[in-house]
Amino acid sequence: MDIFDNLILGFTVALSLKNLMYCFIGVFVGTAIGVLPGIGPLVTIAMLLPITFNLPPIPALIMLAGVYYGSQYGGSTTSILVNLPGETASVVTCLDGYQMARQGRAGPALAIAAIASFFAGCVGTLLIAVAGPPIAEIAFKFGAAEYFSMMLMALIAASCLAHGDTVKSLAMVFLGLLLGIIGTDVNSGMARYSFGIAELTDGIGFTVIAVGLFAISEIVKNLESGGEEVHEVFTDIKHVYPTVDDLRLSTGPIIRGTAVGSFFGTLPGTGPAISSFASYMIEKKVAKDPSRFGKGAIEGVAGPEAANNAAAQTSFIPTLTLGIPGSATMALMLGALTIQGIAPGPQVMTQRPDLFWGLIASMWIGNAMLVILNLPLVGMWVKLLKIPYRWLFPSILMFCAVGNYSINNSSMDLYLVALFGVLGYVLMKLECEPAPLILAYVLGPLMEENLRRALLISRGDPTVFFTRPISLAFMIVAVIILITMILPAVRKKKEQAYEEGGGEAPPRRTDA
Amino acid sequence: MKVNLRNNKDFFAGLLLLAIGAGGFYMALGYPFGTAVRMGPGYFPRVLACILMAFGLFVLIRGILTSEKTTGKWGWKPLAFITVSLVAFGFVMERFGLIPALVVMFFVAALGGHEFKFIEVLILTVFMSAFAVGVFVYGLGLPYPLLQGF
Repeated sequence: MDIFDNLILGFTVALSLKNLMYCFIGVFVGTAIGVLPGIGPLVTIAMLLPITFNLPPIPALIMLAGVYYGSQYGGSTTSILVNLPGETASVVTCLDGYQMARQGRAGPALAIAAIASFFAGCVGTLLIAVAGPPIAEIAFKFGAAEYFSMMLMALIAASCLAHGDTVKSLAMVFLGLLLGIIGTDVNSGMARYSFGIAELTDGIGFTVIAVGLFAISEIVKNLESGGEEVHEVFTDIKHVYPTVDDLRLSTGPIIRGTAVGSFFGTLPGTGPAISSFASYMIEKKVAKDPSRFGKGAIEGVAGPEAANNAAAQTSFIPTLTLGIPGSATMALMLGALTIQGIAPGPQVMTQRPDLFWGLIASMWIGNAMLVILNLPLVGMWVKLLKIPYRWLFPSILMFCAVGNYSINNSSMDLYLVALFGVLGYVLMKLECEPAPLILAYVLGPLMEENLRRALLISRGDPTVFFTRPISLAFMIVAVIILITMILPAVRKKKEQAYEEGGGEAPPRRTDA
Repeated sequence: MKVNLRNNKDFFAGLLLLAIGAGGFYMALGYPFGTAVRMGPGYFPRVLACILMAFGLFVLIRGILTSEKTTGKWGWKPLAFITVSLVAFGFVMERFGLIPALVVMFFVAALGGHEFKFIEVLILTVFMSAFAVGVFVYGLGLPYPLLQGF
């Protein structure tokens, strides 16, 4: 059997001592940083990404993947214990998780989150192994028109389903595309938007933009209020293991959550955030007594946690097989791949099977490590929460600075980080979501190339995007998403879904 | 209807988009436009800049009509200190090496925090610098001089 052989290849790669070590480092560091309030997976990866550039491709990606789900998991720990989600995806976990902690059931809440994540992670990994090759097979048939339409759909989906105002999110997509133009035009060799600065002719490094827009602006946001906040942390965790009743109640939500997460994860442009919100809504709908939700219902932790982990895992499907990242975080992973000299796309699977299957196997191993690592070590993670922010933020800044300097050994990159930090902060205050921007920034050059190529092949006939069946399908989906989001009724529903999360829990650190 | 632009989030978001779009369009005028079949380097940027300006205009007008305010204070002070600390790190790093760059960065950044205690920042700087030297220079083998140019 093919899949079987492939998985064995994967495990041989992932179980080598060196790769196991990098997987462990990734998961460990990811959890440690993810636990810190206000730092989600995106910021963690943006911060640590430059450091992995000095590693060979396989260990680098294994470590980054470890950082990714480690920080995701760390984020749920903070949500449960301190009511401070690291990013949108874990906002929902706060609702019932924190209530459980207040009722003295922090242990079972953490355990269920771990079990749900692990189950979803296993299913997700299996799904990548099964669905990856056929999707890559289809992707080989894609021409320029199909790629362009697919990327357009991904960007529209990402901005329409993102948190916040749809119009401004769409505007952010175009801003990201415009920023992506900076650099030398591949077709004509002309330097565009380089402002006469030599470093800009290579374009702006995407870690520069990601660190500036997400990490730096987040630090400033945390510092804008007058004084340091004191949070109530539940450190008293005695009973870690959930009761039989807890497990019985959680089984359904975990399975449903995994299904929801796998669906949104596979779809380009959507990811963990929308999955966990959707799962919470579903659980509330199917529950016999919906009034328990928000008051410490274990289903409200199990479902969303399974959903966001399944989505986190399956979002590797479009990223690895199509070369199209599903979320801003995946865009960073894709960027890491590119910097390692690997052109993302369906050929990765055939040309670098060791990398593809090794990464998948290491995801499963990483998930197992998380369970082993987190339940016994919860006490240690909690201590991290007591570090005052005035020690943390300069240290985070140090990682950002040294990391970005190390890519090109150029101080220009740091001046740009500073510039994007200012832009990111202003955008944040004006409530413009930066996530669609970074996704568009990564896809921009690819879109332009495919648009040009498609129109060259069709001799300038723009109907090519609508006459080729696969391309047409992507366009139809994009239009449907766009129309439904403009309809006031649907828009209200989306806001409601996010509100159920954001209404009671403080969405970010400083709002508390 | 009284038009109030102070802290009007959509008005300023629109203005920002409009400005970036206009700047992008103006600069792209210098690049050959080409035709749809053979697009020049100016084709894509000009189209994008126009769309961005359209979005900017829409958001700006919506801002004038709805007058929704930004939430929370603007943290100009931390923004200034953090920005300067990053620029200073880059500037000092290139000329004097890693350790002076980290010292400057930690102290400038800490000034932007809620409270500044000299001894505490000093200890943090020494500790984190030692960590950085250990991990980045010795661990990852990044070729940075620790101290130079004096």
